[in-house]
Amino acid sequence: MANRMELTVNGTAYQIEVDAEQRLLGVLRDVLDLTGSKYGCGEGECGACTVLVDGTPIRACLSSVGEAVGKQITTIEGLAQDGRLHPLQEAFLEVDAFQCGYCTPGLIVSGVALLNSNPAPTRREVVAFMEGHVCRCGTYPRILAAINKAADALKAG
Amino acid sequence: MDAQHPSEHPFEPERYERYAEPVYRFNVNRRQFFKLFGGGLAVVCVGTGALALQPSDGANDPAPTALPDDIGSWLHIGEDGTVTVYTGKVEVGQNIRTSLTQAVAEELRVPVEAVQLVMGDTDLTPYDRGTFGSRTTPTMAPRLRSAAAAAREVLIDLAAETWQADRGALVVAAGKVTHPATGRSVAFGALTQGQKLVQTIAADAPVTPATQWKVAGTSVPKVGGRAFVTGEHRYVSDMKLPDMRYGKILRPPAFGATLRSLDAGRAGAMDGVTVVHDGSFVGVAAPDPQTAARAVAAMRAEWDVPPQPSRAELFDYLKEHAAAGRGGRDRHVTGDVEQGLAAADETLAHTYTIDFIAHAPLEPRAALAQWAGDKLTVWTGTQRPFGVRSELAEAFRIPEERVRVIMPDTGSGYGGKHTGEAAVEAARLARAAGKPVKLVWTREEEFTWAYFRPAGVIEVRSGVRRDGTVTAWAFHNYNSGGAAIETPYVVPNQHIAFHAVQSPLRQGSYRGLAAPANVFARESQMDAMARLVSMDPLAFRLKNLRDARLQAVFEAAAEAFGWRRAKPAPGHGFGIAGGVDKGGYVATCAEVAVDRASGHVQVVRVVAAFECGAVVNPDHLKNQVEGSIIQGLGGALFESIDFADGRVLNPRFSRYRVPRFSDTPLLDVILLDRKDLPSAGAGEAPIIGIAPAVGNAIFDATGIRLHTLPMAPHGLET
Repeated sequence: MANRMELTVNGTAYQIEVDAEQRLLGVLRDVLDLTGSKYGCGEGECGACTVLVDGTPIRACLSSVGEAVGKQITTIEGLAQDGRLHPLQEAFLEVDAFQCGYCTPGLIVSGVALLNSNPAPTRREVVAFMEGHVCRCGTYPRILAAINKAADALKAG
Repeated sequence: MDAQHPSEHPFEPERYERYAEPVYRFNVNRRQFFKLFGGGLAVVCVGTGALALQPSDGANDPAPTALPDDIGSWLHIGEDGTVTVYTGKVEVGQNIRTSLTQAVAEELRVPVEAVQLVMGDTDLTPYDRGTFGSRTTPTMAPRLRSAAAAAREVLIDLAAETWQADRGALVVAAGKVTHPATGRSVAFGALTQGQKLVQTIAADAPVTPATQWKVAGTSVPKVGGRAFVTGEHRYVSDMKLPDMRYGKILRPPAFGATLRSLDAGRAGAMDGVTVVHDGSFVGVAAPDPQTAARAVAAMRAEWDVPPQPSRAELFDYLKEHAAAGRGGRDRHVTGDVEQGLAAADETLAHTYTIDFIAHAPLEPRAALAQWAGDKLTVWTGTQRPFGVRSELAEAFRIPEERVRVIMPDTGSGYGGKHTGEAAVEAARLARAAGKPVKLVWTREEEFTWAYFRPAGVIEVRSGVRRDGTVTAWAFHNYNSGGAAIETPYVVPNQHIAFHAVQSPLRQGSYRGLAAPANVFARESQMDAMARLVSMDPLAFRLKNLRDARLQAVFEAAAEAFGWRRAKPAPGHGFGIAGGVDKGGYVATCAEVAVDRASGHVQVVRVVAAFECGAVVNPDHLKNQVEGSIIQGLGGALFESIDFADGRVLNPRFSRYRVPRFSDTPLLDVILLDRKDLPSAGAGEAPIIGIAPAVGNAIFDATGIRLHTLPMAPHGLET
């Protein structure tokens, strides 16, 4: 049954009418037309749908929209500020850390969460944190390099 | 529309090769062609024969005979100087949008940003068989280069004429023609002075040699890259049209099932739901995805499922059914294998098995279909937009002219998106609903109803003398396919054959086709023979090679890897393998660490040397090589489709293991840039070396020789 609710995404409050049990991913993509978050598996195994809820990366394909009410949701569309890319987005471009790009938004969102909680992660820490993501094109070495580069950029301010 | 029974599928391990060149390749009709452009210069690249500049009369249908029928590509320079290039090739992450842009920018002497590529739109771009087989770089790039070079020469002619100047005194740079002597300068767009000019050129018109490249040969960043890191890029699965409906298909419970009865009453009664029941095709169009899913779930269907083989009997089945197919096809016979075996000091016979695997592109099949009157437009992620157009025309019994297929840059393919299943399904639903319909396959659908990389059995018998000379080579491949089946090693007595089989599962192209399987079997066998005669596996290979390009990559990889270095720890092993595929030469060295207690195999370090002629974009090429190796690790170690009674048993990422961050080795790619050789494609060849390199490294570490792909789906079982 549809419920009226307010959802805050990338700092904007949206009034929507959806079933509170509906997956957050579908609401973001089909209702709010924020299609940067992708469907890849529907079982939380690939990470393509990753968004931040109050700063914590979650799998929007598993999470219900009701759980996100009253919280700050950040999607890939919300990372650039005033047209300026987040350092991790910049780093992905600089090291060419993608091919088809379909997994990229989820990876960047997770990577931002990692760098927020651990500004200088070791390779082992990055691998452990990102293990739930699939890049079928196999750009993992470059993603690792991009996260490193962004960590350096953030440290340098 | 029926889900086809496996036996109805023609044998097609290398699916795309069955597509013959069409009789006509002219797809944008001449009227349309001129409507596409206002004024400006259009350069049309044809198969052969140079043709003259054809000024048109500026009418709506100017000089209709000026355009030949076999157009390969074209580009247009608008009056505002915009360069637009039209090609039927498509972008799936291999970065040809960038490499083709480089080629055009170079010849036209314009910045990369000044060039726009229109790709894979059947109404706008010339016919193209598809983006596969690593053909874009060796065929499309030279064509576009020719077109751009011809355009540049026409612009020089126009300027020389306007200024009454010697064309040799004119300089083309930064989108302008200038006359340094007088300081005059004119932008490209202004030169055409509102005329519509058409220049046809031969595909083999001369182009800038690689030694003089300034734009190609450099690591130009991915064109349009920003849209991918911001989430702005719209894949088909992201697209929306006004009043669009969401599609969902009722899938049969097994391959080849036929619908016996259907009760769709409850689904049809749902608000806004259109039910389509056409033979065994059952689907819905609904206002939102939730309703679509509910409607399909509310259906009651009974199916007849035919008996069919399962994974447990797969390899026996392939061997037993080889004769029922087209029979053996000899690829290479020379000398006498039995005599060669008799002349050997050691002989070796091994059977290698290759499982079905899935491409599992992260964007599953998706299509958005719209009927406007009797014209059908479908946006879909496919490597063969023109092939999908034919599929649609056939399915709906309408002429191809009334079908338009558009392919936005797509979430990968790896040879797995040659077909238009989702396009046909979405179009069928859209026709019934009278509204645009988007259909996005679920992961489970993609794992089940797409096609698979063929399974196979490969039997190898070989003989070797104590001095390391290979004397005999018998290589029989059942069902995998014939790509890279021939050995690059010099062997006097060879019998290499491919045996077709009626596949138990629907199968098709995969990155490198059968090359990863054939090279795995060959390079594993070569390694085993080197061990038999106590020779270093690298020295053994080099001894039996005469191909200088392959020797060069072996030496480069071994050097960078430190092949003769001591292993860093017990349980570590080194392996090497290499080969040639689609014009690319690769050698791969791997270091593995095997934990004998747990059976865990970790690929610690990989060095690959790759050579594919003149390098067009070094960083993008490295990315392709790295990606091939990491994707190849999946098929090498753990990817395998499990199936029984017509059902895939592991159609999910939680049950089908793909390479992840923790599988990522330290990776070093060495590119050998041969500016003296034409550029070959690179999306496939680099995948072929990794599986045997890892297998040979496992042997080096443990003494265990693995003959199956995947080699260690549950770790090393000892």
